[in-house]
Amino acid sequence: MSDNSSLRTPSQRIAWTATIVISTLVFIFLIAPILAIMPLSFSSGSYLTYPLPGLSLRWYDDFINSPRWMNSLKNSMIIGTASTALSMVLGTLAALGLAQWKSRFKPLVLAFVLSPVVVPGVITAVGLYFFFAPIGLTGSYLGLILAHTALATPFVVITVGATLQSFDTNLARAAASLGASPLEAFRRVILPLILPGLASGALFAFATSFDEVVIVLFMAGPEQRTLPREMFSGIRENISPTITAAAVILTTVSVILLATLEGLRRRNERLKGGSA
Amino acid sequence: MEAGMVTPAPALVRFSGIQKTYDGENLVVKNLDLEIRKGEFITLLGPSGSGKTTTLMMLAGFEVPTQGEIYLAERPIKNVPPHKRDIGMVFQNYALFPHLTIAENIAFPLSVRKTNKAEAQERVSAALRMIKMETLAQRRPGQLSGGQQQRVALARALVFNPQLVLMDEPLGALDKRLREQMQLEIKQLHETMGITVVYVTHDQSEALTMSDRIAVFNDGIVQQIDRPDALYEHPVNSFVAHFIGENNVLAGTVETIDKDYCRVALAGGGAVTARAVNVSGAGASTSLSVRPERIAIVPDGTSSDGPNRLPAKVQNTIYLGDHALAVLDVAGNGEFMVKLPPGTHDNLRHGSLGPGESVFVTFRPEDCLALDPV
Repeated sequence: MSDNSSLRTPSQRIAWTATIVISTLVFIFLIAPILAIMPLSFSSGSYLTYPLPGLSLRWYDDFINSPRWMNSLKNSMIIGTASTALSMVLGTLAALGLAQWKSRFKPLVLAFVLSPVVVPGVITAVGLYFFFAPIGLTGSYLGLILAHTALATPFVVITVGATLQSFDTNLARAAASLGASPLEAFRRVILPLILPGLASGALFAFATSFDEVVIVLFMAGPEQRTLPREMFSGIRENISPTITAAAVILTTVSVILLATLEGLRRRNERLKGGSA
Repeated sequence: MEAGMVTPAPALVRFSGIQKTYDGENLVVKNLDLEIRKGEFITLLGPSGSGKTTTLMMLAGFEVPTQGEIYLAERPIKNVPPHKRDIGMVFQNYALFPHLTIAENIAFPLSVRKTNKAEAQERVSAALRMIKMETLAQRRPGQLSGGQQQRVALARALVFNPQLVLMDEPLGALDKRLREQMQLEIKQLHETMGITVVYVTHDQSEALTMSDRIAVFNDGIVQQIDRPDALYEHPVNSFVAHFIGENNVLAGTVETIDKDYCRVALAGGGAVTARAVNVSGAGASTSLSVRPERIAIVPDGTSSDGPNRLPAKVQNTIYLGDHALAVLDVAGNGEFMVKLPPGTHDNLRHGSLGPGESVFVTFRPEDCLALDPV
């Protein structure tokens, strides 16, 4: 708010006020749907309605004690973690390769790598189904992990690529001139410095898998139902406020992940001791 | 080596027929042959795009020659990756690892070589002592000034006793005073440690201050390689004469050549005798080069004994503290500069060199070089 004190002219003050008002409205637009669902999860009633008849934790209790929900949470975790790990390896390697590749085909290759983000999810899902069915990968964890890896990898390429763009290539050269093999230079110099980029890449990859529902609808058997898939059928079959409890838990997990990431980023800034 | 000495020590680095092109069409480096002796401080000097940095990068292993071979201690290294070349390098932007402390930065080349802990620690402290930064060992690069960072980069490039140290415009980012101080420090390190240094810069005064020999690059070709004083006194062509130090250029045509000297008719009128350095023969056009400090101004009308005496008109005088410059119009060159020695500054005030005054300039034939036309 110290900016405010330097504002002198009336028109500047009006502009400042307008900025505040408009920003607040945009903020509400973005966040209101999420906030609206939160109180419902603490409702003591069985319907998703306001006003709340009373407060209780019964839907959280229901969520935790339901084998169906817990199994789907477990599935989401397994598939999310595995596809994150896989897409991190693929995406980071791709980003590293693309970063030092000077060719006029680069935009073409980049567009190709990023295509899973652009292609509508349903089309990817149908395609994957027909591709995976003959080789027995439908209705299996491996199939889902591979499918989610394909979806998540572009996000890793984008975030890691952006980090590498600000990476000073002279540092890699310096490491080499000091005797570090490419692998060692990567491990001791490049990796620690691009870690924040990797972390946000991982976060995006995990989030992509964690809330993906279309591919799961096509490919997952009853064994592999994920959390979003369970919520989806939950809404269709019986609208129970347990869904809202699940939603709050999902949101909380995301917020914690984001906060961790920001903490990591700040720590890294501090390590660099400000700008060099 | 023969017992009779004479044969100089074999070259530590030898570029043999090196060519480099990035696009397959334009040669950035054209047919480079260059030898660097052990213990030598050699500077690659030239304007940007002259091929000097590309040459350094090929030596470091970050660029691959299109043609030719580079030898380091008689061993061909074209196919040796940078990390196996045992060459230390100092970069213009320091390239310190921001996530490591100063001590860890300096220890980096030792730890990748798996030097044992005690010895590594010993050498790191010695290096820190050398750059007088023992107290800053636990700081991070971001907390240091530019000059301090470059000292650390130096220590890091020297701590593993490489065969050769490359410096790519290491002082380019520092201010003038610090740059001059660092020039002396680097020169001192070179002398006390006996290291071989290949230094790249576009700053000719830096090159003159520090180097044993200077290779002047232009347009992908080494124009001349020589000691600083030889480059300054005996440039082989107009580019070198112009690039090293201040220089007055007069265009003309060779009338006669008599052994080492020629008589040149100036395009702007008059004729002078000059040393024939780089002229093909009578009738050829030439650029004459005369250093500002080798010219004397004589008042109008005074008779002079030399063959080179040209009328001049004073344009301006510039006071520069330790000396002054007179800018004259001589034979069509309106920026003909003459360095006035200390003590003659009085002339500035007393008006004999006021703008518009007519005077004469004289210089000895041996101080006037007839070079290739520009």
